Amino acid sequence: MSNKPTPRVRVPATAKKDEVIEIKTLISHEMESGQRKSADGQTIARKIINTFTASFNGKTFFEAKWHPAISANPYQSFFYKASESGEFTFAWKDDDGSTYESKAKLSVG
Amino acid sequence: MARKAATTRRETLKATAIGAFALAIAPRLALADAASVDAEIKKLYGDKKPAEGKIKLDVPQIAENGLVVPINVEVESAMSAADHVKTVHVFADGNPLPGIASFTFTPESGKAAASTRMRLAQTQNIICLAEMSDGKLYSAKAQVKVTIGGCGG
Repeated sequence: MSNKPTPRVRVPATAKKDEVIEIKTLISHEMESGQRKSADGQTIARKIINTFTASFNGKTFFEAKWHPAISANPYQSFFYKASESGEFTFAWKDDDGSTYESKAKLSVG
Repeated sequence: MARKAATTRRETLKATAIGAFALAIAPRLALADAASVDAEIKKLYGDKKPAEGKIKLDVPQIAENGLVVPINVEVESAMSAADHVKTVHVFADGNPLPGIASFTFTPESGKAAASTRMRLAQTQNIICLAEMSDGKLYSAKAQVKVTIGGCGG
């Protein structure tokens, strides 16, 4: 399972001012816990996404730190209070240093 | 000659038995407990005692599959600049490691609520700790009965 993790985000495209919207995210990732052993008894090295951040117009408003106890293909939902139109950036940071990103536009009217 | 062979065989058997026992007991010993969760909390907040309430911790009472257990945490708060929830930590007292996740909120979050999915190795308690912007701590606890553990054993 070494496919590149693919993020999926569900966020409304429009919102009223001061409306609290729910954002749901999912990313394909095996979240190898570092606790499992392979058939020959070797511990399989840990490789998880350790941090998820959600920002709007460059300002981070939600962050999740994940431990190995988070399930594979991690799901995360959270909320955002809409104030102005702009763009969300969602970023997942992997143990190996890579970052996976997804963007979504929101128009507030 | 024959005697030497017998000794070797006995030793081999003994070694195998010890090995099997060690394998069987090792995963049990590796699990965290309530004390390690307390130690984690102490590392973060020292001796500050959390109060009850404010937190709505939503986990299933019985999880059939320990690999994917949904968890939803919501903390009661106005989420204004002066009064909001800063951080919510989630711990488990029966996993190999006590930490599950930590969520950081801001007033822009609008609502201090988050859901994710976690792995649970066995039946255990989920402990949730919320830190407010004024420094107050709240905690909540819930037990999840796990039918099939999620530790890839």
